[in-house]
Amino acid sequence: MKYVDEYRDGKMARHIAEKIRQSVKGDKSYHFMEFCGGHTHAIFRYGIPDLLPENVKMIHGPGCPVCILPIPRIDAAIELAEKHQVILCSYGDMMRVPGSRRRSLLKAKADGADIRMVYSCADALAIARGNPDKQVVFFAIGFETTTPPTALIIQQAQKQQVKNFSVFCNHVLTPSAISTILESPEVRDMGLVPLDGFIGPAHVSTVIGSQPYEYFAEEYQKPVVIAGFEPLDVLQAILMLVEQVNRGKAEVENEFTRAVTEQGNLKAKNLVADIFEMRAEFEWRGLGLVPYSGLRIKPEYGDYDAEKRFVLTASKGTDHKACECPKILRGVKTPKDCKLFGSKCTPENPIGSCMVSSEGACAAYYSYGRHQQKHKS
Amino acid sequence: MCLAIPVKVEQLLSDDMALVNIGGVKKEISVALIEDLAIGDYVIMHVGYALNKIDPQEAEHTLELFREMGVLEQVLSDHGVTP
Repeated sequence: MKYVDEYRDGKMARHIAEKIRQSVKGDKSYHFMEFCGGHTHAIFRYGIPDLLPENVKMIHGPGCPVCILPIPRIDAAIELAEKHQVILCSYGDMMRVPGSRRRSLLKAKADGADIRMVYSCADALAIARGNPDKQVVFFAIGFETTTPPTALIIQQAQKQQVKNFSVFCNHVLTPSAISTILESPEVRDMGLVPLDGFIGPAHVSTVIGSQPYEYFAEEYQKPVVIAGFEPLDVLQAILMLVEQVNRGKAEVENEFTRAVTEQGNLKAKNLVADIFEMRAEFEWRGLGLVPYSGLRIKPEYGDYDAEKRFVLTASKGTDHKACECPKILRGVKTPKDCKLFGSKCTPENPIGSCMVSSEGACAAYYSYGRHQQKHKS
Repeated sequence: MCLAIPVKVEQLLSDDMALVNIGGVKKEISVALIEDLAIGDYVIMHVGYALNKIDPQEAEHTLELFREMGVLEQVLSDHGVTP
């Protein structure tokens, strides 16, 4: 496939890896966080850790929208389907994420709730048009990539006067999550998470552009390299980060110029600004309440806001006691540090959210890493 | 969730939709978020929506960068130099 195969060339990957080996200084260690789950997935799928020198370590960030959605929001989605008897439409990734008492959308569906997996939010609106006597709610999750489609669908619902459609909005913002990590005591005071730079998200950046990262580079003196999701992109970004660290620089560089511009997709950004506004705070699994990190539907479009249309109980559900997802999402622990990993918690029967989505660190470790580690030892 | 792929636009349809080619498979997707789209353009597709166009010149530039690196290594090793 064009724009895919040429960025997966094995020989070229070894060349870039060799270049990284030549560039790193033996007495230095390099810790880079890939913010986005898409990169985590790519790093394990293509065995990138095996190509890197010992002193270059990748820390997995919280950029997986399925992983960071806290239990109370999952409970609320289940409540919409069960108590309010709506047709709940959800992206497939959310279906198996455990809420309180390990109930998931999939279990609620098995118990008779009308929960439907959709590929696109447009499918949810079509279901609403096809079922005018039922309330239909779209369970909207995701970072800046899925937000513009949700904005479009709300606009379309209004234009087409689809009265039985609403959106349960859980859209979150990448820059505020990066700030929270940089401000966390683990990074700032305790030095538990050494962080020398970030690999910036690929597709999120196609929408928001490279400009929002300038602040991190300057304020926190951390280099950021925006990278595509293919293995050569990731390796090249690591090389660029190593070179910045060696030169004592903290700049925003863009490896993914084929799809990311400085300002991003203005049409998409304007649409999002028309439909959504910031929440004062939003709860993230692992990060807690993060100020100005989530979006809600503006009052002008309040008719399409499921949180206004239905009265939802405030759930106090908390994570499984032994589950290390919160710490893994902050980069403090790795999946291997979790007692449940691979034994009680597997992709088939997940306890924590990081084991559910293919972009979650635990699922990526389990699917690609564990086998490799056995082979090595 | 964030996984998205480059697809080629084959036909522009009404209501901001387009027919795209995904490695041989045809699919209708929304291109409402894209401006100035033409047949033959590549876009990044995500949950049924095109997020952005791929700039063919920039794509070539990045590949060129990789190639130069490869070529350089080759020249050095041909001369028996370990950089």
